[in-house]
Amino acid sequence: MSKPRTLFDKIWDAHIVHQQEGYPAVLYIDAHLIHEVTTPQAFDGLRARGLPVFRTERTWATMDHNVPTKDQDKPIAEPLSRAQVEMLSKNCKEFGVRLYGLGHPYQGIVHVIGPELGITKPGMTIVCGDSHTSTHGAFGSIAFGIGTSEIEQVFASQCILQYKPKTMNIRIDGTLGKGVSSKDIILYIISKISASGGTGYFVEYSGSAIEALSMEARMTICNMSIEMGARGGLIAPDEKTFEYVKGRKFAPKGEEWDKAVAYWRTLRSDPGAKYDRELIINAEDIEPMVTYGTNPGMGMGITQSIPKESDFAAENERADFIDALTYMGLLEWQGKPLLGHPVDYVFLGSCTNSRIEDFRRIADIVRGKKKAKGVEVFVVPGSTQVARQLEKEGLADIFRAAGFDMRGAGCSACLGMNEDKIPAGKYCISTSNRNFKGRQGPGARTFLASPITAAAAAITGKITDVRELL
Amino acid sequence: MTEKRKLVRVVSTAVPIDKANIDTDQILPARYLKATTRESFADKLFRDWRFDAEDNPVPDFVLNDTRYTGEILIAGHNFGSGSSREHAVWAIVDYGFRVVVSSFFGDIFKNNALNNSLLPVQVSETFLRKLFDAVHNDPSTVIEVDLEKQTISAPKLNLSAKFDINPYKKVCLMNGYDDVDYLVSMKDKIEEFEKTRKNDFSIPASKEQA
Repeated sequence: MSKPRTLFDKIWDAHIVHQQEGYPAVLYIDAHLIHEVTTPQAFDGLRARGLPVFRTERTWATMDHNVPTKDQDKPIAEPLSRAQVEMLSKNCKEFGVRLYGLGHPYQGIVHVIGPELGITKPGMTIVCGDSHTSTHGAFGSIAFGIGTSEIEQVFASQCILQYKPKTMNIRIDGTLGKGVSSKDIILYIISKISASGGTGYFVEYSGSAIEALSMEARMTICNMSIEMGARGGLIAPDEKTFEYVKGRKFAPKGEEWDKAVAYWRTLRSDPGAKYDRELIINAEDIEPMVTYGTNPGMGMGITQSIPKESDFAAENERADFIDALTYMGLLEWQGKPLLGHPVDYVFLGSCTNSRIEDFRRIADIVRGKKKAKGVEVFVVPGSTQVARQLEKEGLADIFRAAGFDMRGAGCSACLGMNEDKIPAGKYCISTSNRNFKGRQGPGARTFLASPITAAAAAITGKITDVRELL
Repeated sequence: MTEKRKLVRVVSTAVPIDKANIDTDQILPARYLKATTRESFADKLFRDWRFDAEDNPVPDFVLNDTRYTGEILIAGHNFGSGSSREHAVWAIVDYGFRVVVSSFFGDIFKNNALNNSLLPVQVSETFLRKLFDAVHNDPSTVIEVDLEKQTISAPKLNLSAKFDINPYKKVCLMNGYDDVDYLVSMKDKIEEFEKTRKNDFSIPASKEQA
């Protein structure tokens, strides 16, 4: 009888090309997703070495970070962004990499289109030069973000050098309460173990509350694994996973499909498999969440109060807390809940929450209502396919009638890189993943929350307990 | 072969940034990610902490404090969390740092640093505090980082600690070796793996290319 293995171990072991004692593993990569921002210098590296992209059929490119979300059919006005996007087109052409660029029906945020096109499947290794690559772990794959030097490694060899990370099992049992979504689960976990509590680990999410989630909700959880420092997160594939993948463009077909599913069913942690760390959470303890500070660990239940300076023991912790609250303009809100705090912007989008299901939930809150006066609401679908679906299902009309600003697919105001930014000093409730200083634009102040909590704020103009609107 | 800059021993004064959770958006804001070449990112390093909205230097930020200089950056717990952007490491290197000391590093940041001959030295929280105190008290404090011996010390103050680094990366840094060369040298093994592996359903048999 062989030693019981975790899901992570099984996938890791199946991808080791070579393992030399004391050296990192040479790990084979099944799918390499690329975008315009983190690749130009890696392509330059290949050129300098005179190397091709080793496996173009395992490489997919799109444009997301740096694209405008208005007038996507026109040339990009901003010269640096345009140059970067054109560089990706040129590099893909030169190296023979397939590209879903601006104007292509498959264009979108790299972590939305991977699953949407069936590129993402159970049992795979997936990398991308973006930390939110952890999203793809929702299908039971090992997926993680890499830097540009590592992109060059994968281009050159379809492999990457990695030391095996430790594993953590986070089990969430029980039933989520009304108005509580998967975004709240992950914000809750990060608030408990901190923005660095998962560093060095790969996390498996398990338990009845995870099994009950849809694929899209699972992607939200895995997406934010990096926000607790974990390199990635994964969830064992099940019937929902297979159902989601079936029939998609890059899914296996016919006899191959049956073989694939038979294999995918073996991808679960064996009974008795050992993790380096385990954490158990009760779903009933989680309420809708909101962040008040400048890292995703600074979050709380919507009815709870922001801590006070005196709650922190160490002097440097107090200083960091005051620094965060000063940036957020919330010094006076210490010891109080955020309920009722005004918002200026609402951002509904990002690789965390821009899939069709997210917008369906938002529409349930918004239908027949109007946005609050003075609030600007960005609706940014994760992909061109999601944008089309929004029109087809009539959701776009609901949002337009509410006074929301319907935009094209891209990363948009999640990262303050493209044209979509939140002005300095303004408050934005956002369905994205990071509330870092300046993340949504220099001086912008971000409250992270679930899609329906953000939608509730769009209607009321202030931080609201969405359960009151259900 | 691609030779990288070697790093064996760094003896220098240090620049202290006594803050925890410094994420890569602070090290290099996203709006500077539009570059398509490996240009110098030195003047973008900590841009929004170094300069105000009118591009005037912020006087109390440590990089603008002429007392603090050197090739060693000391920073608080969980340095380099967040985005995978290697540009953050390039900015630190371009500015002139060769070593970053903290009690904890973001995972991807650490890999990116090692791939750019920037040595991340992880020390205990207690040792980190002592280093901060030493440098704050006397900015001319000299710190020695010896990769061969895996030690960091401030000889004048009798401070010394060991640090960990994985053996492969140690060899790479000390000799200027490069991961891509190593991987490309494995080509036969990689092709053998591709031929013999089982249960690979990542690309449909039809090899459809859109």
